[in-house]
Amino acid sequence: MKIKTVLKSPWIFHASSGSCNNCDIEIVDCLTPRFDVERFGILLAGSIRHADVILVTGSCNRQAAARVKKLYENAPKPVFVVAIGECSLSRGMFINSYNCPVPLDKIIPVDVYVPGCPPKPEAIIAGILKLMEKTKTGKKPQENK
Amino acid sequence: MVILGFIFTAIVGLIASWAERKITARIQYRVGPVLLQPFYDIAKLFVKQTLIPEGSFKPVFLAAPIIGILSVIVSSTILWINCVNMKYTFWGDLIVVVYLFMVPSLSLMMGAFAAKNIYAALGAAREMKLILSYELPFILAILVPVIKSGYSVRFSEMLQYQAAYGPFAMSLSGGLAFIVAVVCIQAKLGFVPFDVAEAETEIVGGVLVEYSGKALGIFRLMKNMLLAALPVFLIMIFLGGLGDGFLGLFFGILKYIMILLLIVVIKNTNPRLRIDQAVRFFWGPVTVCAIAAVILAARGL
Repeated sequence: MKIKTVLKSPWIFHASSGSCNNCDIEIVDCLTPRFDVERFGILLAGSIRHADVILVTGSCNRQAAARVKKLYENAPKPVFVVAIGECSLSRGMFINSYNCPVPLDKIIPVDVYVPGCPPKPEAIIAGILKLMEKTKTGKKPQENK
Repeated sequence: MVILGFIFTAIVGLIASWAERKITARIQYRVGPVLLQPFYDIAKLFVKQTLIPEGSFKPVFLAAPIIGILSVIVSSTILWINCVNMKYTFWGDLIVVVYLFMVPSLSLMMGAFAAKNIYAALGAAREMKLILSYELPFILAILVPVIKSGYSVRFSEMLQYQAAYGPFAMSLSGGLAFIVAVVCIQAKLGFVPFDVAEAETEIVGGVLVEYSGKALGIFRLMKNMLLAALPVFLIMIFLGGLGDGFLGLFFGILKYIMILLLIVVIKNTNPRLRIDQAVRFFWGPVTVCAIAAVILAARGL
């Protein structure tokens, strides 16, 4: 019930954990007139305190990892995390880098993964819809396995 | 009566905020949200967790939204009573309403200073400067209908005067004062070009940066209710009230939609002003216009 109400107006917070900016541009594309995600009540929140969905892009380097964790702790619950792009899924081409010790889902719980380098805006919207579909059962996706 | 006023204002305000978002979307060639979207937003904020930031002054932080919304409820109830039944009004209700419309801005400032956040403090400082700049022309503009109705500070007498001699906005001084008042309520509502206090792209939400869950929901509801109450206030003192009877009510709603449309179009066709530009704008041309309107009204024009 609570989660259903939240997903009627998911306000998204965009956190970049050291990305190359490509995924970030694709996220901004979703908000432009062509895709217009405000139809679903999605708004871009400026402050983490207003967020319902955190979109994380980038490879979570040593500097950013602590900050991403802090962001997750500062968000009012229930909150969902969407990992966007190859880097945040599996660190992509930085998998052997000294600076990227762990992927995002070892730091905070991730609900939806959107692969691609960068993912198309259609793929990001499909990912958010998948989040809505999965939570209709009342469980968070990671409990659904 | 107060509860009825609250429910009615809240519904009108939420629908008005939907209209505002929808018109904005259409101006930008988008589709825009569904009709119930503002209701979903408020419902969502009320089920979310309310976080109290570490180091904040908790009583003031939590009391601020409640003080803000209570003042809007009381002021809008006074306005509705004047539209429904003039017997229950009192002398000087105009002054009370003008004071109560200032409290939401003060409550935002209180909450922001209590939050112990640098962005919130910056937003609150800007809000304070904005209040100092727009209150003077706003009160001068309200002085014009007061002078024209024979120095009356009671809504019912003003409405009766307008019913007999036509709306104040039709005269030269009234029209000038009406334009000034529309610009001032743009700032009171915190809309672009005067949204420096909560500039999302600049100081990440400003005064509201630390608010979450129920407290944020109350603040949002308060702003949406102001969007219902302030245009009605202007209609009552400048455009001859909402009117009674079926036809009168129809024209009243038309007046409300016209003012709402005007506000939204101003919002969408202007960039954000810096705080110094906003203060210069209000203390310069707007105050001069307001003073001119008062002088014209005193000379009977």
